Amino acid sequence: MNKVIITVVGKDTVGIIAKVCTYLAENQVNILDITQTIVQEYFSMMMIADAEHAAKPFEELATDLEQVGEEIGVKVKCQREEIFTKMHRI
Amino acid sequence: MINIYEVNETNNMIEHENLDVRTITLGISLLDCADENLDVVNEKIYNKITTVAKDLVATGKAIEKDFGIPIVNKRISVTPIALVGGAACRCPEDFVTIARTLDRAAKEVGVNFIGGYSALVSKGMTTADENLIRSIPQALAVTERVCSSINVGSTKTGLNMDAVNMMGQVVLQTAEATKENDSLGCAKLVVFCNAPDDNPFMAGAFHGVTEADAIINVGVSGPGVVKVALEKVRGENFEVLCETIKKTAFKITRVGQLVAQEASKRLGIPFGIIDLSLAPTPAVGDSVAEILQEIGLERVGAPGTTAALAMLNDQVKKGGVMASSYVGGLSGAFIPVSEDQGMIDAVNEGALTIEKLEAMTCVCSVGLDMIAIPGDTPATTIAGIIADEAAIGMINQKTTAVRVIPVIGKGLGETVEFGGLLGYAPVMPVNQFSCEKFVTRGGRIPAPIHSFKN
Repeated sequence: MNKVIITVVGKDTVGIIAKVCTYLAENQVNILDITQTIVQEYFSMMMIADAEHAAKPFEELATDLEQVGEEIGVKVKCQREEIFTKMHRI
Repeated sequence: MINIYEVNETNNMIEHENLDVRTITLGISLLDCADENLDVVNEKIYNKITTVAKDLVATGKAIEKDFGIPIVNKRISVTPIALVGGAACRCPEDFVTIARTLDRAAKEVGVNFIGGYSALVSKGMTTADENLIRSIPQALAVTERVCSSINVGSTKTGLNMDAVNMMGQVVLQTAEATKENDSLGCAKLVVFCNAPDDNPFMAGAFHGVTEADAIINVGVSGPGVVKVALEKVRGENFEVLCETIKKTAFKITRVGQLVAQEASKRLGIPFGIIDLSLAPTPAVGDSVAEILQEIGLERVGAPGTTAALAMLNDQVKKGGVMASSYVGGLSGAFIPVSEDQGMIDAVNEGALTIEKLEAMTCVCSVGLDMIAIPGDTPATTIAGIIADEAAIGMINQKTTAVRVIPVIGKGLGETVEFGGLLGYAPVMPVNQFSCEKFVTRGGRIPAPIHSFKN
């Protein structure tokens, strides 16, 4: 398993999850968990996904996802899980 | 499993609170480059650095992308050049050729600084040490990325006052040699007491002789993160304050540890240490001074500053130590003037003086750092400043350093612009009374009584 965390932050609009998920499906990234909240009209989503069988190297995925975000006017970040687990788990 | 709040907290630190890894510094031993022929030495040095460090910058960038964390600097430290070039260099000019080689190698591999144009003379100077020291003004004037450091004392050896006196002159000569650039050469020159072998931070980084052939040391940062965390506990007591600093320091350091291990794995070079320092930049919200203000000081320099800094420094270490398997380097809060907007403001408003900064250096890492002083300051006065700072380090068994910039052609009320991470600084007043007869006595100040622990 090669866990990555994808975060999406921005103004709420139709089809944010659909766009991101479509990209992930096309590139064989398996979604394990989705959490989503809306704070003061701002959309905040986190996905935990497995990129072990991804069609592209991690760096390309991250760059592509940033671009997908730009197209729909939200900020998409894709990071390896360790930065969060290291920081928040002993 | 990790949750959305934790993820958002981390990303907020990165995006809004200036959390970054300040530097991945690759230490490279050049001891095997020694030779009697100067050309051979230069060639070996260039080849070794460009071979060992060829993937450093690319690896750093790849790690940045993977974790979404900026790694601001990728740097190299090398064995003190006085040791490497000792057999080949007959005069200061010979050493300058090595400085040029280091600069060339740094440019080839794409690092912004290379440290280790150094000599360790805490007790005495060899001919090579002396030649290297005398070559510093020229070496720093003809190179761009080379950083120099000289260790003039330690708790174990006492202070080499001949070296202290000489460094007063060398600092002034370096200022003169680089006066076209606001004496920028002095920003790349540090005079140490108790210099650590594994410091990843410039300008004082060198690869100590106690180290392995190559090693990865990482310096973390994050004053902005600490400041924001403290905003949430405004008005609470010291227990809450200290706990908050510790927890924040832990989180910051864990990122450094992760990056260090990853870099070590990818480069196939062992991990050395994490340096737990809070390192400010001139960016707003990335300031150690602002933390001290958040703790409760109107301006840095106000009464209480030393106590607040002592507490901050200690809590950062307590939180950081648990987050990393090996801690070393300078580890503490940095208080450079030009690289910290809050410090600059405090100086401009008359809250902060060199004397207060000196007191602050007793309780935090490093010392008088990035302080611009008038260009007509006598060399003996600079030597006196170095001696004071070194004495603090010697007696308190800690690292201290001096990086002052006598700005040629500038005086009080003027500002110097160094650019980039080095920032800008108001020229600060220096005590006008002389210490010439003291610093020119010659010889050594003996090691303090508490160094005899055997």
